[in-house]
Amino acid sequence: MSQAPELKAPNKAISHSTLGRARRWSWIFQRVSGALLIALIAIHLTVNLVRGDGINQIDFAFVAGKLASPFWQWFDFTMLILAMVHGGNGMRMVIDDYARKPWLHATLTWALRITTVVIIVLGTLVLFTFDPCPANADPSLLPSFCEDFS
Amino acid sequence: MTATAEKPAEAGAIPSMTVTLKILRFDPDGLDGREAGTEYWEEFTVEAHATDRVLDALHKIKWEQDGSLAFRRSCAHGVCGSDAMRINARNRLACKTLLKDLNPAKPIMVEPIKGLPVEKDLIVDMEPFFASYREIMPFLMTTGTAPERERLQSPEDRARFDDTTKCILCAACTTSCPVFWTDGQYFGPQAIVGAHRFIFDSRDEGEWDRLEILNDKAGVWKCRTAFNCTEACPRGIEVTKAISEVKHALNTGEI
Ligand code: HEM
Ligand code: SF4
Ligand code: FES
Repeated sequence: MSQAPELKAPNKAISHSTLGRARRWSWIFQRVSGALLIALIAIHLTVNLVRGDGINQIDFAFVAGKLASPFWQWFDFTMLILAMVHGGNGMRMVIDDYARKPWLHATLTWALRITTVVIIVLGTLVLFTFDPCPANADPSLLPSFCEDFS
Repeated sequence: MTATAEKPAEAGAIPSMTVTLKILRFDPDGLDGREAGTEYWEEFTVEAHATDRVLDALHKIKWEQDGSLAFRRSCAHGVCGSDAMRINARNRLACKTLLKDLNPAKPIMVEPIKGLPVEKDLIVDMEPFFASYREIMPFLMTTGTAPERERLQSPEDRARFDDTTKCILCAACTTSCPVFWTDGQYFGPQAIVGAHRFIFDSRDEGEWDRLEILNDKAGVWKCRTAFNCTEACPRGIEVTKAISEVKHALNTGEI
């Protein structure tokens, strides 16, 4: 077995333009956010539909109770952002593939950006401004802690 | 392959069968009263031996039934890569596909490979495909003075890129790729295979120039890991794996 010659120059270090390319980060993001979404969605579904009384437990009081807790607010917020950016980025790839006419590509891309932002803003608004104890509501429908306020 | 060499005494011993080929034809000139640019399916029935390949059936049609049928072939033995076509909805080399493996009871569908402009019948314009290959600079790039003898390499270093040296540029992989079909820009799997062959060659020093090209928006990140290319490759190259190795090199900065 002969030895390889001493010609090998050391490999060039990764260049900055290589590191900065958006496509690469978009690819990495789809995978990382996908992995996180598996965990978040699994917990979300278990807590809502399996634990406790299962699907029968879901009513206004249950949802309001969850959204009154900062933990679930931030949990849902993370899930919202990740799902929307992941889904939006995925749809961008689909548009890049199929929309070959420049005007169609631009229209769909902007429609996608606007809907993504609108849904993120509306979702965030609901998560953080939700009133679990609306005034004049039937107390039997509200979470138990609302009694303290009335 | 050599087993098919003619032995007249035994020729009758090979069972023969009747097969129907349904060929997607494209007539750019408008012959026989057709409009120029007509696309149409045409059926041909041929007598064939069980040892015959799709290419033999095409030859029979061209030589005995319809001389206007156009397709490419050169070596007829899976080396030159000129007769990739879509046979029963899968990309294969006509010269490496036995008729008996294709359920000859039904018509065998033969179409040109998809995603490249059809010129006539089964002949497509390969230029966009070769242009992508040229783009990744498929030649040895080195610095310094050339050595007096050959550039040696350890067997391990050679094994690193052995798989991708087998490519015959038939385009079966690229034209089986759903991203290539829809996206007019994507280099396609073959260009990445061609780049892989040099990127992972210890004698080559142009790896980052090539990786830079594949990091572009028409490059590896377009790949959706569909595995069509690996399934299509008549050389058995693990195309999707090669693409993943290029992605890995770009993500880690290590080769
Ligand atoms: C269960 C968690 C999820 C995982 C593990 C996951 C994983 C992935 C991965 C790895 C990709 C990239 C595919 C590629 O580039 O080859 C992707 C694409 C995509 N994802 Fe997800 N995802 C998940 C949830 C979601 C959700 C909740 C949405 C919608 C909001 C979504 C919408 C999309 C879309 C539209 C694409 C692009 C499809 C395409 O490239 O053809 N995903 N996903
Ligand atoms: S990788 Fe395989 S399928 Fe693709 S061009 Fe080369 S030999 Fe053909
Ligand atoms: S004719 Fe050469 S590969 Fe089939």
